Amino acid sequence: MAETQTKTIVTEYLARVEGEGGMRVRIDEGRVSDVQLQIYEPPRFFEAFLRGRRFTEAPDITARICGICPVAYQMSAVHAMERICGVEVGGQLRALRRLLYCGEWIESHALHVFMLHAPDFLGYESAIEIARDNPALVARALDLKKTGNQVMTVVGGREVHPINVRVGGWYRTPRKRELQALVEPLERARDLSLEAVRFAAGLPFPDYTRDYELVALSQPGEYPIDLGRIVSSEGIDIDVSEYEQFFEEEHVPWSNALHSRVIGRGSYLCGPLARFALSYDRLGALARGAASEVGLEPSERNPFKSIVVRSVELVEACDEALRLIREYEEPDEPAVEVEPRAGVGHGCTEAPRGILWHRYEIDDEGTILDAKIVPPTSQNQKAIEDDLRNVVERSLHLPDEELRLRCEQTIRNYDPCISCATHFLKLEVERT
Amino acid sequence: MTIVCVGNRWRSDDGVGLAVAARLRERGLEPVEREGEPVGILDALEGASAAVVVDAVSSGADPGTVHVLDASRHPLPASLFAHSTHHLGLGEALELARALGRLPERTLVVGIEGASWDAGDGLSPAVAAAVERAVEEVERCTSGR
Repeated sequence: MAETQTKTIVTEYLARVEGEGGMRVRIDEGRVSDVQLQIYEPPRFFEAFLRGRRFTEAPDITARICGICPVAYQMSAVHAMERICGVEVGGQLRALRRLLYCGEWIESHALHVFMLHAPDFLGYESAIEIARDNPALVARALDLKKTGNQVMTVVGGREVHPINVRVGGWYRTPRKRELQALVEPLERARDLSLEAVRFAAGLPFPDYTRDYELVALSQPGEYPIDLGRIVSSEGIDIDVSEYEQFFEEEHVPWSNALHSRVIGRGSYLCGPLARFALSYDRLGALARGAASEVGLEPSERNPFKSIVVRSVELVEACDEALRLIREYEEPDEPAVEVEPRAGVGHGCTEAPRGILWHRYEIDDEGTILDAKIVPPTSQNQKAIEDDLRNVVERSLHLPDEELRLRCEQTIRNYDPCISCATHFLKLEVERT
Repeated sequence: MTIVCVGNRWRSDDGVGLAVAARLRERGLEPVEREGEPVGILDALEGASAAVVVDAVSSGADPGTVHVLDASRHPLPASLFAHSTHHLGLGEALELARALGRLPERTLVVGIEGASWDAGDGLSPAVAAAVERAVEEVERCTSGR
């Protein structure tokens, strides 16, 4: 008779995940009986904090939720407020928003591809170890990220938390020559991104695919970044204001973040893999060419290959930023006048790790009465757990330490941004 | 001597580096402010032969304790940054600089022990009271005493 055995593997600190959380996997007689991704993020502090504040303050307050994707928070917030007030921000004011967003994608993807995710594939503990063995690789990553920072500084006024964004547009719009100064670094970054695609495609990938319901924004004629309808691979095609009719959140006892699901169906996936699959035809020729050169198809469903897709999106973000700069004309006014009026409005944009949805209610004076924010990581949380379950079941033959690393790698496929609190993830695998 | 003050003013005591920067400016020094983003820190250190980096730390010491550490030769103890709210901690940013050969020859760290890392602005009383001592330590470091 087989001896019953209990094994527990614990990782005290998982440094390459943004936020504070843990994971617990329980294995009974060769089957995974329970998977919990535990998120200890202070629950919804910001939604309460927003109530009673001015509608114009939402972009700056919500930007503080995350040091990695503040632009996503600002953009979803300004869109929601502008919808309530019946204002549309178009032309060059909108183009600048898309340009700022490209800067954030470059910063975030460069950080994740090289510093956070690549060590998993290369067998390193951290990017610092890679830097010791291959300083040129890390130097290129830092160079790329620096270009993202430069875009953020010129357009957003600061490299991390932009201060130039407002409801209706901008406090100040850049001069043409200021944007011109970004051309040379962006051209270099575009070349580095093309190298990144080849680098990422050459990594060893676990053999794993899953038939996800993919959810992303969709906008005719352009790759989804700052605007669009919400669409899915199972036929959802809705205005962002209809989100709550198709998606719901449930509380699970082991996590402070709410779990999102498609009503009547279950988990779904948002982020690079979803965008790439659903808007492949809208990628620029350069990014599409880079993908096809390494054999990356829109039908790709291996989540470990998200690192390749992120690299393709780096090419797209650099290329798109260059296009926006080429076509830039200085606007007459930095912003459209926005008068508050009572109502409810929604905004949704593509944060680097997936769709970020906001809903606000304001009164006639412009005071925020209610706020709801659904970040991409809570939308992906259920898909992460489903992946962990499948990956662990296929990898039970691995020694505990390798299994733990494979679990961590699986979580990092999603570039989870649990919060911008501490970098703490406790990982437990229990075998009986 | 380059002075880099790191902090996030929306994370309570994590903002203490910026409070130190404000006092240093009043005293005629020219610190560079960074939010903890590693590329920003590396940039700020670029070309410097000597640097003082100011940041909040969490080592279990009493809140307001001011640590002065020499990172020139050896990594900072990882335990100091268990609660940093920056994407990669200051310790990691400095190690990255070292691995890439970009760490200033003389790199000192003035760390102020924090108490609260919650979302919100404002420093805990013990940490606010330590700002002046941290400023003195930075001045001592820059004058080579």
